[in-house]
Amino acid sequence: MLTEDLKIQCTELLPAISFEEGGEWLNAYVASEDLKSFLGKLRSLPGLEFDYLFCLTCVDWKTHLTMVYHFTSTIHRHNIVIKAKLDNSNPEIETVSDIWRTAEMLEREVYDLFGVKFIHHPDLRRLIMPDDWKGWPLRKDYEDPVNMIKL
Amino acid sequence: MVEEIGRTSEGDLIINVGPQHPATHGVLHLVLTLNGETIKKVEPHLGYIHRSIEKMCESLSYRQFIYVTSRMDYLSSHINNHGCALCVEKGLQVEVPQRAQYIRVIMDELTRIASHELWWGAMAMDLGAFTPFFHAFRERETITDIMEKTCGARLTMNYMVPGGVMAELHPDFQKDVKSFIQLYKSKFEEYNELVTGNIIFQNRMKSVGYISYDDAISYGCSGPVARASGVHCDIRKLYPYDIYSKVAFDEITETGGDSYARYLVRLKEMTQSIRIVEQLIDNIPEGDFQAKTKAVLKLPKGEFYQRVETARGELGVYIVSEGGTTPYRIKFRSPGFSNLSALEHMVKGLKIGDLVAAMGTLDLVIPDIDR
Amino acid sequence: MFSLEGITTVIHEWLNNHFSPTLALLTEFILVGLAAIALFALLGLGLVWMERKVAAVMQIRLGPNRVGPKGIFQTSADTLKLLLKEGLVPDGADKFLFNLAPLVVMIVAMLILAPIAFAKNLQIWDINIGVLYLSAISSLSVIGIFMAGWASNNKYSLLGAMRSGAQIVSYELSAGLSVLSIVVMTGSLSIRDIILSQQNGWWIFKAHIPALIAFVIFIIAVTAETNRAPFDMAEAESELTAGFHTEYSGMRFALFFLAEYINIFIVCAVGATLFFGGWMPLHIGHWQGFNQFMDYIPSSIWFLGKTLGLIFLIMWFRWTFPRLRIDQLLNLEWKYLLPISMFNLLLMTIIAIMGWHF
Repeated sequence: MLTEDLKIQCTELLPAISFEEGGEWLNAYVASEDLKSFLGKLRSLPGLEFDYLFCLTCVDWKTHLTMVYHFTSTIHRHNIVIKAKLDNSNPEIETVSDIWRTAEMLEREVYDLFGVKFIHHPDLRRLIMPDDWKGWPLRKDYEDPVNMIKL
Repeated sequence: MVEEIGRTSEGDLIINVGPQHPATHGVLHLVLTLNGETIKKVEPHLGYIHRSIEKMCESLSYRQFIYVTSRMDYLSSHINNHGCALCVEKGLQVEVPQRAQYIRVIMDELTRIASHELWWGAMAMDLGAFTPFFHAFRERETITDIMEKTCGARLTMNYMVPGGVMAELHPDFQKDVKSFIQLYKSKFEEYNELVTGNIIFQNRMKSVGYISYDDAISYGCSGPVARASGVHCDIRKLYPYDIYSKVAFDEITETGGDSYARYLVRLKEMTQSIRIVEQLIDNIPEGDFQAKTKAVLKLPKGEFYQRVETARGELGVYIVSEGGTTPYRIKFRSPGFSNLSALEHMVKGLKIGDLVAAMGTLDLVIPDIDR
Repeated sequence: MFSLEGITTVIHEWLNNHFSPTLALLTEFILVGLAAIALFALLGLGLVWMERKVAAVMQIRLGPNRVGPKGIFQTSADTLKLLLKEGLVPDGADKFLFNLAPLVVMIVAMLILAPIAFAKNLQIWDINIGVLYLSAISSLSVIGIFMAGWASNNKYSLLGAMRSGAQIVSYELSAGLSVLSIVVMTGSLSIRDIILSQQNGWWIFKAHIPALIAFVIFIIAVTAETNRAPFDMAEAESELTAGFHTEYSGMRFALFFLAEYINIFIVCAVGATLFFGGWMPLHIGHWQGFNQFMDYIPSSIWFLGKTLGLIFLIMWFRWTFPRLRIDQLLNLEWKYLLPISMFNLLLMTIIAIMGWHF
């Protein structure tokens, strides 16, 4: 499906959606409360059927965090990027691991490195850092004079 | 290597496998819950080789960060570098000269063959046959010798730069690659005779570690793991980069979904890679090996995503740039990470011997997972 | 031609002429014992070197080539190293059984040497139930393995020992049945009679098809009995442990290690005796000239050649095939080999009665 048609369909599903110009694929901003239901519709509706979540990550913009989800559809071969802004002080968002099983480990990684809490995640704990690590390493305000050398 | 660390309330054993392995998988720590010999739960513990590459790249320039990525999936280091260089070129809107594109693709495919050779030897060794390891390394040594002459290194060949490749090819390159193709074609039948047709191997691998088409997509599997379940996901065909759109090769898929299918997919992929190299090696055009770029690169404000097909699957390089000389955020979508998440689903209910066979065909390289 | 039986007769006469018969007999006992131990030592050293060289050639590399010419002293160096290592006895282990287990395995290996004919008239004891004796004594080695697993006070050693034990006991059945089929042809259990009955040709040629089937089953069964690849799941791969000999180190481990190679030699010697004629040269029917020519080669060379050929075959298996899973292994025995060997025995009996062999 072409980008224009995708845009129209997304606006129909969620009128509060906003789009960002100038990307390779369609970039859409969604409020974090609406995210789960919107993504569920993206997965199941015929014509959209985004069944392959290939990248789930987070970007720290110093004033807020942004969750970024990259989807592609193996049936229709279109791509979309969904973003959701999160509050810096208490970042929380619904998990999508019941829709796409790959999100289970990807969300654990985001929790480990950024501190985003995923509600209803089956097993949210640190993945890469040791279990008793303090702090969220990939955030911009993370200071660790012992282990990190600033270049 | 394996010791009991506890018991659950139902009396199941909890044991550690790893992190040190006699085989070559790397530092993977699995915590298994066993009922007798049957596996009930597999939990990977990662982070033993986490080097915070993503955080490091935020303070490295766009020319420097490429070389850190060779250490991620060190068996397909050229392809990793290629992906990063392509992403930066996408941002700079730079046109790569034809000669550089040909060289890049030939190096990629040679790396793919070398990676699959090592996988084949290590997997046979896991299952108990020690001889194929030596045969595989005989071919792999030839490829690393070719790489050493041109790139100067045998494992982490930092050869790709944004705009092309770093240096001109060695004068013997064409001759060496052609003799390698001859050697490979004469020895390839041995692989099938020794391993593929052997009934003991087939019994160890058939119906072991099955994953269905829908599960493969849901778990985010890519590369040979997904293609063995029938998913068409070869990035070289779907989103071609460099001159892959002009080269004739087949995308190998199988429908079995078990370890034997994954094994066959990788074996046939090696033949396809040789086919690509054969088509290109005689036709490398003359010209520049690098496009003219500034000494200090600055990507414009925005986000760029580039996907490449490594030997393990789909590597994604996601750069968020604020207009400076260093990236604001880099994310590497690693193929091994998602393939590993499917491991538990594959081996639940099987025996420990089957865990080894399934892990062998997943072809995990742990530095790729931990970054 | 020169033959070893000359030496034994000379020694026997010399002893009887100079000492009383009892003392002569005792001295002969001691000499035989010493010869057996010497044979073990030589065999152990030689076979381990052979294994490493065969493995190397199949893997396109050189193998041991530094210690001594062509590396022949490598194994002596390794044995010396093992002897000098600390022999740990684990904390809660049953000390008596722990020390006894390797000795049991070694003694069983020595006992099996008795009926084997190394050359014409060079046999320690030609018991009239030779084949039965071999089967019975080789079953005793399972006791040694269980002792080792139990006395280690390690639940994974015990599991490994039980797996090994189950494997050995199962494959003894097929091995026994294949051996029985040759006994049916010969009509006698004595080793000497079996070899002499191959005067006009080896059983593998004379009793064509059933003997061939019996030989193939025999080779598979003895590879499994000695815990060699492709049937070594219980000790390699470390799915749970390194098998029943995990807790052994130093001299005791050296005994287990040596006993494994002696066992291979013995089962190959038995196979060579039953199917290929032992020390009997290759005779074809009543071709006098050919037979006389074959007789020039000493019988000990014939025996050694055949046994080493079969040992090479077993080593070849190890470096070619991957391992079978434990349930596939037991499946193979109980569902395939046992029925085939029972049917083969029937076939062999029919051929013996009807006289359809050469």
